[in-house]
Amino acid sequence: MTTALRVRLLLGTKKGAFIAESDAARRSWTLRGPFCETWPINHVIADPASGAIHAGGGNAWFGPAVWTSTDLGASWTHSSAGLAYPAGTEPVKSVWSLAAGHGALYAGVEPAGLFRSADGGHTWQHIAGLQDHPSRPHWNPGGAGLILHSLVLHPADTAQIWVGVSAAGVFHTDDGGITWQPRNRGTRSDFMPEGQRYPEFGQCVHCLVMAPGGTERLYQQNHCGMYRSDDGGRAWTSIEAGLPSSFGFPAAAHPRDPETLFLLPLNGDTAGRYVPEARAAVWRTRDGGAHWQALRDGLPQESAYFGVLRQAMATDRLDPAGVYFGTGGGALFASADEGEHWTCIAQHLPAIHSVETLVGAA
Amino acid sequence: MTDASEPHAVRVVLPAALLPLFAGAPAEVTVAACSVAAAMAALDARWPGMRDRLCDSHPAIRRHINVFVNGERATLATSLPPGAEMVVTTAISGG
Repeated sequence: MTTALRVRLLLGTKKGAFIAESDAARRSWTLRGPFCETWPINHVIADPASGAIHAGGGNAWFGPAVWTSTDLGASWTHSSAGLAYPAGTEPVKSVWSLAAGHGALYAGVEPAGLFRSADGGHTWQHIAGLQDHPSRPHWNPGGAGLILHSLVLHPADTAQIWVGVSAAGVFHTDDGGITWQPRNRGTRSDFMPEGQRYPEFGQCVHCLVMAPGGTERLYQQNHCGMYRSDDGGRAWTSIEAGLPSSFGFPAAAHPRDPETLFLLPLNGDTAGRYVPEARAAVWRTRDGGAHWQALRDGLPQESAYFGVLRQAMATDRLDPAGVYFGTGGGALFASADEGEHWTCIAQHLPAIHSVETLVGAA
Repeated sequence: MTDASEPHAVRVVLPAALLPLFAGAPAEVTVAACSVAAAMAALDARWPGMRDRLCDSHPAIRRHINVFVNGERATLATSLPPGAEMVVTTAISGG
């Protein structure tokens, strides 16, 4: 009985984590927070296996940590035990991305690296293979630092993980993190000199998501274009034709349809990085990126000078799927019908870094 | 005469923003230590994880944490004489 379901939006913000909550109709929302002692929180996720909520971030005074709540946000603990590089090397500054699966919890951090926890975030082990990649000395930080922001776990094969690092590109492992291969063929680096714009690595990937359905389809929002791969990232095809710009940060896959993707293009990296013409729109494809439709109903259509960050858009698993995004100005928008109509469900929050969804029993 | 290389009681003053992170941690605590690093270890033994909040893995006192021993700016290597007061503060940072 769907009416007993609760939909929770897990928000990471500059000043703590928040949780917005509704019933399955998704019309009326309540907001709780800030949690995590108002630390800057970059990503909040739910672990379906344990029911726990995890929040990753970093505090200017106290460093990086992953916060955990096992009671839907009522109480929180934190830990960074083992979430550290060897002595004498640059310390971990903050946690940027979290993923639960493969019987573990994973954390991507700044400077870019990957950690794994087998005990629900109490202790962490460094997956050193990524930093051992021969390209590592040549990785350059993007505007937000050298961050591992995208973390995609293969839905069936526990040995396979994809990561997105700004600005090193997409990397993939098929042996649980021991060895990694760049997966950037076909993605541009417009910021490189002519003749060097399709390197093996060094692309500024902004967001990497996997389509549902058990195939190896990936979508990518890059600093320089939007892309689709049907072979796990071995080759990428541009899908930016029909979009208002090639620049943006978030991408959100549909929960069931691998052909549907939601993007939120911004006007350009040197043009202010807000929604084109200051008119907000989520752009949706129903055919894998061949065609795009602007979804504007209920979104501000004048004087909208906001951006949306790379982890700040998400879908839920209901039918029709809900779509949500949070802005740098602290507004949270929701659609209960796959983007056809939108409502602003919270305003005046701190800058929203991330949005994820948790659908479960009341 | 007291041996300064042996642990001895020192008073540690912790920053207010740290206290909510560790259940039961008081604003002032007495630990047995002969250096700032040893005091950090003693704090961590009592409240697991506290050293990670105050020190990074370099290892060093975190950039925006300041430690003063008897009023003088200190590092992890700074000695703690018997009866010393070690004050840990959060720097003016944030936004």
